[in-house]
Parts: sequence; structure tokens; C-alpha cells
Amino acid sequence: MTDTTASSFVREAMVTERSAPVKTTGFVGFLRTRLLNSPTNVLLTILGLLLIWYTVIPAIRFLLVDAVWHGADRNACLAENAGHAVGACWPFINAKLDQFIYGFYPAQERWRVNLTFLLAALLLLPMLIPRLPAKGLNAGLFFFAFPVIAFFLLHGGGLGGFGVNWTASLLVAFADSIKSAGDALVRAAGTTPVVGPLLWLLGQFVVLIGVTLSLILTPLLWVRDQILASGRPVWIDFALTAIIVSVLLFLLSGGVRTGWRTLVTCLASFAGIAIVIAVMGLDRGGLPIVDTRLWGGLLITLVVSVTGIVTSMPIGIALALGRRSTIPLIRLFSIAFIEFWRGVPLITVLFFATYMLPLFLPGNLTIDGLVRALIGISLFTGAYQAEVIRGGLAAIPRGQGEAASALGLSWWKTTALVVMPQALRHVIPGLVNSFISLFKDTSLVSIVALFDLLGQLRASFADPNWATPTTAFTGFAFTGLIYFIFCFGMSRYSLFVEHRLNPYRRN
Amino acid sequence: MTENPIVSIKGLNKWYGDFHVLRDVNLEVGKGERIVICGPSGSGKSTLIRCINALEEFQEGEIAVDGIPLGPNLRRVDEVRREVGMVFQSFNLFPHLTVLENCTLAPIWVRNIPQKDAEVSAMKYLERVKIPHQAHKYPGQMSGGQQQRVAIARALTMSPKVMLFDEPTSALDPEMVKEVLDTMVDLAKEGMTMLVVTHEMGFAREVANRVVFMDAGQIIESNTPANFFANPQHARSKLFLSQILRH
Repeated sequence: MTDTTASSFVREAMVTERSAPVKTTGFVGFLRTRLLNSPTNVLLTILGLLLIWYTVIPAIRFLLVDAVWHGADRNACLAENAGHAVGACWPFINAKLDQFIYGFYPAQERWRVNLTFLLAALLLLPMLIPRLPAKGLNAGLFFFAFPVIAFFLLHGGGLGGFGVNWTASLLVAFADSIKSAGDALVRAAGTTPVVGPLLWLLGQFVVLIGVTLSLILTPLLWVRDQILASGRPVWIDFALTAIIVSVLLFLLSGGVRTGWRTLVTCLASFAGIAIVIAVMGLDRGGLPIVDTRLWGGLLITLVVSVTGIVTSMPIGIALALGRRSTIPLIRLFSIAFIEFWRGVPLITVLFFATYMLPLFLPGNLTIDGLVRALIGISLFTGAYQAEVIRGGLAAIPRGQGEAASALGLSWWKTTALVVMPQALRHVIPGLVNSFISLFKDTSLVSIVALFDLLGQLRASFADPNWATPTTAFTGFAFTGLIYFIFCFGMSRYSLFVEHRLNPYRRN
Repeated sequence: MTENPIVSIKGLNKWYGDFHVLRDVNLEVGKGERIVICGPSGSGKSTLIRCINALEEFQEGEIAVDGIPLGPNLRRVDEVRREVGMVFQSFNLFPHLTVLENCTLAPIWVRNIPQKDAEVSAMKYLERVKIPHQAHKYPGQMSGGQQQRVAIARALTMSPKVMLFDEPTSALDPEMVKEVLDTMVDLAKEGMTMLVVTHEMGFAREVANRVVFMDAGQIIESNTPANFFANPQHARSKLFLSQILRH
């Protein structure tokens, strides 16, 4: 070391590790290096403190210190009765809480809503905690069984038949629509010059296809009529469907050699369905029907946002893959679909779905107002998700797909096992951003006469019993808090997932 | 040329747009033969071996792997890929799966082997490349050399008849080149048919049966390593060797 003239140097003792200087770590270090290290930062620190002083303090005064906590009506929340300046009027929230949660859902049926919430929580929470086992079963129950159970719980009503009945009705409707299309062509042929005969021929041909189809369907219809004529149509139809589906799946998955696992899974699923039918009495008409027009409040907010979130993902994935497809027709369709839905405001979509769609649908076909809004929101959000997911797909190096292909994986398996899992991990922040945005956008359904949490709140302002100067502020503060809890929860959970996946599992 | 070739390439021509990348390439590889393909960058070496498992499409000619023909329509690509393993310059391990999962993915999903059996066999291959104790790590936790050895094991789990190596050591630190080359030498000793694009002339000398020199999309010279290095025939080969062997 001392010999600076020589160019050669050999270290004899290694330098040991020392802790960092005290002044750069800990609270003092934080003050010195982050808050007060330059004149600008000193100024910004002071401004920040002032901002906190002028927002947080008044908020606490309004919500807690000056708030009124007990009372039966508006009189409790008036300054002259309370004897001091009045902040939040919490008795108002207390009185209207049921309305905020259930809307106009009949009081004696509200246990059904509570049970649905409980079921959702019981299925969702274990799925979100990575340590717990049986994720596949859990996800299957949440994504497939729960929506059906929730529908029959919230909406009520029972079953008229099962698989055979549904298939028959669907196929008959299909054959009928082909026949009527043929008839329309034949009618058009009479009024069209030149190509008329050609159209007539084509029309007759289409009618022929339709008639043939309905002839083929005759035995199926006979079976259906026999089932409906019997004493217990639901159970006979259920048994028949279970047998047909199980045998089909058993044969498809390899029969005696490898099909046993599938058979067991299938029979277990049908047993589960049977238990649900029996417990809920779906074969005997089920629970009393509660029309969706009576639903409201948090119930609507959660139904709309959860349905939107869950259904928009598969739509988004399909569209994102479609937009990157090499098949021109699929790519064109995906681009047109995405750009259409992204180009239209959500309000327009909801308005169209609610008031215009019924004008285009055939007269005998009516779709529930809530369902129409749900379809609109799902497609709308799906288009946004598609672009987010496409961004993730673009970030996956080409080598990943090549390596999978070189191992002999087909395009579908490459996408499902290698490309999509990585792409989705890349875009978790973007996806959750859309979820949060969707959760808040659900309040737009109030323009189509569905009263979500915010709509219900605004409706409650009209009550003269609670008209005080601070009612509106209290209401908005309360709903704001509920929205915040849900959105902040989603945000934190997504961060947790990101951190969990982050360390070594990305490129 | 070769009796019952396992890979045979006849009259292969490929264009990128108007650019003629591969020109009348003919090559036959016998079972157990080890071929090193070298040449300047842009000479079409990588493109050639990527054509063999149809990662690149081609416009003219025919490739047959173990008797399975692969024409420009790539109709039997799935069958060919099952017989051919490939190792890439940038490893291309799947970063979201553990080392073991990387090695069992294809056996489970392509060959329908039960997970337990696939894991047992994958561990066997990981032992062969000397990283069995890292099976539950993620690729991001490993060094480049280890990742490339996992990539070799992953390709071997499909028990391919031919292994393609596309510059397997070019992305590695000098210290790690050796461990990968050692693995490849072991593989060669076991009789694997190998086509290796590489600039590692030491490996070529030690292991290859034949060195194929390419330039401008065509095969310029094909010879035994001894002859190729001691006595290159074509002027371009001489220039190439003088450039890379100078240091």
C-alpha cells in the first residue's frame, strides 16, 4: 500500500464489513436525507405538514368530534338541538343502513342476501390465501357452483326440467329459426326481380334443412314429453342427464383404461348438484321469486362488479389472443370488437342495453334488466382487459413460445401453460386497475333504474325525516368509506400477489 | 452418402421476403453423428437448424427426421418436434416454473406421462447434468451455465433422437462455458446425434465427426475436424479460420 511507485499490488488482509454511518440510517438519517436535505425539500416538507393540518384535522372534527351519534330523526342532527356545530349525522346512516345494503329487497327475505354474502366470503377468502390447499376445487366451486346457487338464492324460483329439457328446447329453437329464415328468403324471392328464382331455391333449401332438423329432433322431443308428463320431471331428467353426460365423458377420456378419474369427478359433481336441488327445493318451485327491480344498494354493487370482474377475464383473454392471431378473420373480428367497445362510453352501452335492445329482440324474448346491464358491462370491461392482457403478451419474449413448440407443445398448450401465465403476471397492476375502475363504475347503473349503493344513497336524501344540512356529507362520507375499503383491499391484495410472484419468477 | 440418415435435408431453400437466406442446402446426418456447424454471423447456420424442427418455415426442399418427411407445408411438424430436442442461445427456460416443473411440463402434457413418473425421470436427467439438488429453484435463481444445463436436461426428458444446439455457450460468462461444454461432451459420448452451431473450435476438434462451414446461406465446406482445421480447402474457410484462430 505504501509503495506507490510499483505497479504491482497483492492484498494481504481482506477488508472486513462495517455498518453504515449512523447519520445516514434510521429516523435521523431519514430526516436528514429525505426531508430536510435541501432548501426546496425543507419548503416541501413544510407545505406537506400544512396540507395534512388543513385536511386531516377538519375531517376528524367533522366525522368524529362534532358528529352526532344517537337520535331518532333529523332533530338530533340540528345545531340548535345538539347545542354545538354539527358534523356527521350518524343516526341517518344507522336508520338507512338496511336500505344501503339490500335496497328494496323484502325484509323477510333478506337472510337470503346475507347467506349469499357469507357463501361468497367462505369461498373467496380461502382462495385468496395462498397457503390453503385444494385451490382447484375451491376455484371450481367459486366460479361455477357459486353463481348458480347465488342466482337461485337471490332471485329464487325453481327448475322445470334439466339437461334433456334444455337441450331439446335449444335445438327446437335453432331448427325453428332456420325454418323461419328460409321462409323469409322465399317471401323475399317473390318481390325481388332477376335473382328471385335463385333466392326462392335457396329459401326452399334452407326450409328443407330446418324441416329435416326438426324431424331428427322428434325422438328427443318424445323423450322430453314423456319426462314432463311424469310425476317428477326434474329428477327423472336429472338422472337421465347425469347418466348421459357421465358415460360420454367416461368414453371421451379413454373409457375403461384411463376414464375412471373423470367418471368419479363427474358423478361427484352431479351428486353435488343433486344435493343443491334437494336442499333448495328447486324441483318444488324453490324460494319465492324476488324480482331484480327490488334489488339494490351494496347487493347490486357487488353483483354487478363481481360478475363484471369474473366474466370480463375470459372475454379479455380470448380477445387478446384473437387480436394476435395469424388468422385474418379472427384478428379482424377481435380488433373490431375491442375498438367498438372501447370507443363507446359505458353510459351509452348501459342505455342501449336497457332501452334499445328490447326493440331489436324478437317479441317473445325478454331478458331481465339487470342481466342486460351485466352483459353490457362484461363486454365493455372485457374489451379493456383484452388490451391490458395484449400488453402482457407482447412482453413475453418470442423464445418462450419457441422453446415450448420445440418441446412439442401445441399452440393451445403453449399459450395456456407457458405464455398466458407469464403474461398475466406481468399485467396484474393493469388488471386490478380495471377491476377497481369497474367497481366504481357500477354506480353508472343508476341511470338505467338500477339502484346501486350510490343510487340508493341519493334516493335516501329525499326522505324529509332526515333532511339536515349535513345529511348529504355524512352519506357521501359513509359510501366513500365503503368504496374505499373494497378498492383499497383489491389494491393491497394485488400488491401482495405481485410481491409473492416477483422474486425469481419473472424474466 | 450416409446409410439410413436420421436427418436428411434435400435442396433446402428459404427466403426472408426477397432475401435468400438458405440456398440449396443438402445435408445428411447419420445416427450418432455429431456435426458442428460454423461460419460468420448471418451465414444461415441458426436458420438451418431451426428449419429442422420447423421453428422456421421454408419455401423449397424437403427435410426428413427419422423418416418423417417435413415439406414446406409443415404438415407433420408435431411428429418431428417429438423426435428433436433443441437448446437455445438464451436458454429460454420458463421463468414461472421451477427447474423440475420445466423438465416435467412436456412429458406430462405432450406424452401424457403421469406426474410422479415424469418427476422421477426428470430427476434422472437433472442428475446427468449435475444439478439434482437445485430442482426446486426457479431459473432466475441460477447462473447462466446452470440454466443452460437445465435447458439441456429439459430437452432430454422428451427422449429425442436428435439434439439441436443453437450457439449454446454464446450468452455465457467465460467461466461457465466449460460446464456446459462438458455436459455436451458427456452427451456425445453416450451416442446422441447432435447438430451444434457454435464458435467453440475446441469442442469441434474434440467431439465432432464432421465440421460444416457455412457462408452466405450455403454449405461451403464439410470435412472431418482434423482436415478442416489443419487443411481447409475453400478460400473462405481459410479466411474464417485465420480470423478466429488468430488469438
